[in-house]
Amino acid sequence: MDEIQKTLLEQVAGLHEVPEGAYNIRANGKSVERGTTAHIDIVTKEDKQGIDIIIKPGTKKESVHIPVVLSQSGLTEMVYNDFYVGDDCDITIIAGCGIHNCGNQDSRHDGIHSFFIGKNAHVKYVEKHYGSGDGEGERIMNPETVVELGENSFMEMETVQIKGVDSTRRLTRARLSDGAKLIITERLMTHGQQNAESSFEVDLDGADSSANLISRAVARDDSRQLFLAKINGNNRCAGHSECDAIIMDNAKISAVPEITANHLDAALIHEAAIGKIAGDQIIKLMTLGLSESEAEAQIVNGFLK
Amino acid sequence: MLELQNISFQVSGDTSGQKEIIKGINLKLEDHAFTAITGPNGGGKSTLAKLIMGIERPTSGKIIFNGTDITDMNITQRANLGISFAFQQPVRFKGIRVKDLITLASGAPLSTAGACEYLSQVGLCARDYIHREVDSSLSGGELKRIEIATIIARNTPLSVFDEPEAGIDLWSFSNLIKVFEELHRASRNSLIIISHQERILNIADEIVVIADGAVQDRGRKEAILPELLSGTVGCKYYQSDAPA
Repeated sequence: MDEIQKTLLEQVAGLHEVPEGAYNIRANGKSVERGTTAHIDIVTKEDKQGIDIIIKPGTKKESVHIPVVLSQSGLTEMVYNDFYVGDDCDITIIAGCGIHNCGNQDSRHDGIHSFFIGKNAHVKYVEKHYGSGDGEGERIMNPETVVELGENSFMEMETVQIKGVDSTRRLTRARLSDGAKLIITERLMTHGQQNAESSFEVDLDGADSSANLISRAVARDDSRQLFLAKINGNNRCAGHSECDAIIMDNAKISAVPEITANHLDAALIHEAAIGKIAGDQIIKLMTLGLSESEAEAQIVNGFLK
Repeated sequence: MLELQNISFQVSGDTSGQKEIIKGINLKLEDHAFTAITGPNGGGKSTLAKLIMGIERPTSGKIIFNGTDITDMNITQRANLGISFAFQQPVRFKGIRVKDLITLASGAPLSTAGACEYLSQVGLCARDYIHREVDSSLSGGELKRIEIATIIARNTPLSVFDEPEAGIDLWSFSNLIKVFEELHRASRNSLIIISHQERILNIADEIVVIADGAVQDRGRKEAILPELLSGTVGCKYYQSDAPA
């Protein structure tokens, strides 16, 4: 890997060197490095681009890193990664995509991550997206995440896209069995002319299943964001979605929460708030000696932390 | 230390045009002074505090701080010159932790132990609070104490507190008095505290009474306090109706 790719890798996966545990590093459309463990296998798909990650039942305290970096302008790829998480596992999966585009053609990474999570398993899934490069070609990422949560399983999903991605359409779909629990935390910042769309569709099929979708977003300059959160309560369940957004400059943000109860004991809540930075927050930080722009940066950084 | 020269502040009124909130106030405060400002609600005390910090700008007049004319300086410049301001209603922030705020206030990287010290001074068990966000999960009283801790951390030549007692429970109130006494005793810094509380007025060197946008009275607490407590300041209509 070259220096640009290494920088991207650090941004999206916090990696300086070969990670511990299982990993697969994909650079410019090819797997360049891979490591497996006694409990985690990674297999290249035969029929299409992508990999199968197979985690044996009972695997505890192990991690899987599957970062993707693109530094070749004009490259477009569509990748399918399927995760089979066995019963009773406790694992961390770190995915992420970094695109560096200094050419004139668009670079685009579309990825579909499917999770099949076994009973009583606990999965922490972290996904970071990052773009750099000053070319006119756009950096485009369209991630799709599909989750099937088995009985009493628990998934925590954290997604972060703070910088440099010109266009993103993100779709997350989840289906929960009895007692399953899903928490999704999304952090999103758009700037310049960027456009981001994030939609969630969660089906709470199982008795006592629960989902919590939390989105914090900042839109600045002329960027646009659309947040769609759809939760269907199909059993005795609890669902909550929350979109909290700061709007700046000439940006536009829409939040469209939708909750549907198809069962008498479905308890569903949605909250959405969009507003500019409160003037008294800036004043307070200025009284501590920060300039107006430093105050703004602190408020935005804190909000997206 | 601080000199207000003929400070006036007007806002646009409803029908009658301009409304004068502060009417030509002249006030000179010495170094290492502990000044309490009191007076009836709506008399202009908070506005005066905001004028000192630069949150509001005077319509006319000058503000001199340690020999420098700060009238045209913005909030940041005044903060960096050494003025601090504790809000009557502290601001909440999503995502900014108590430690972050105190670190920003102290102006230098701060260890957890260092930040805890400031919190302990305002009676908060630091370990419970240091990593909490300064958001709606904190009660009004907790927020108020954190606000005061940020001012202690700043340790500037002049600190202005706008009704620090508001929203603080009785037990904490006694500690608050100690905090102000200690602040005054331990440094050469000056304090201006806007307050309605007799116990705070009682520890000040000097009391300034602001009513109807003007300095109505000023002097050592021995002279002012008995007068205040006898009820000569306040609503004249209320007093005239009150039983003798």
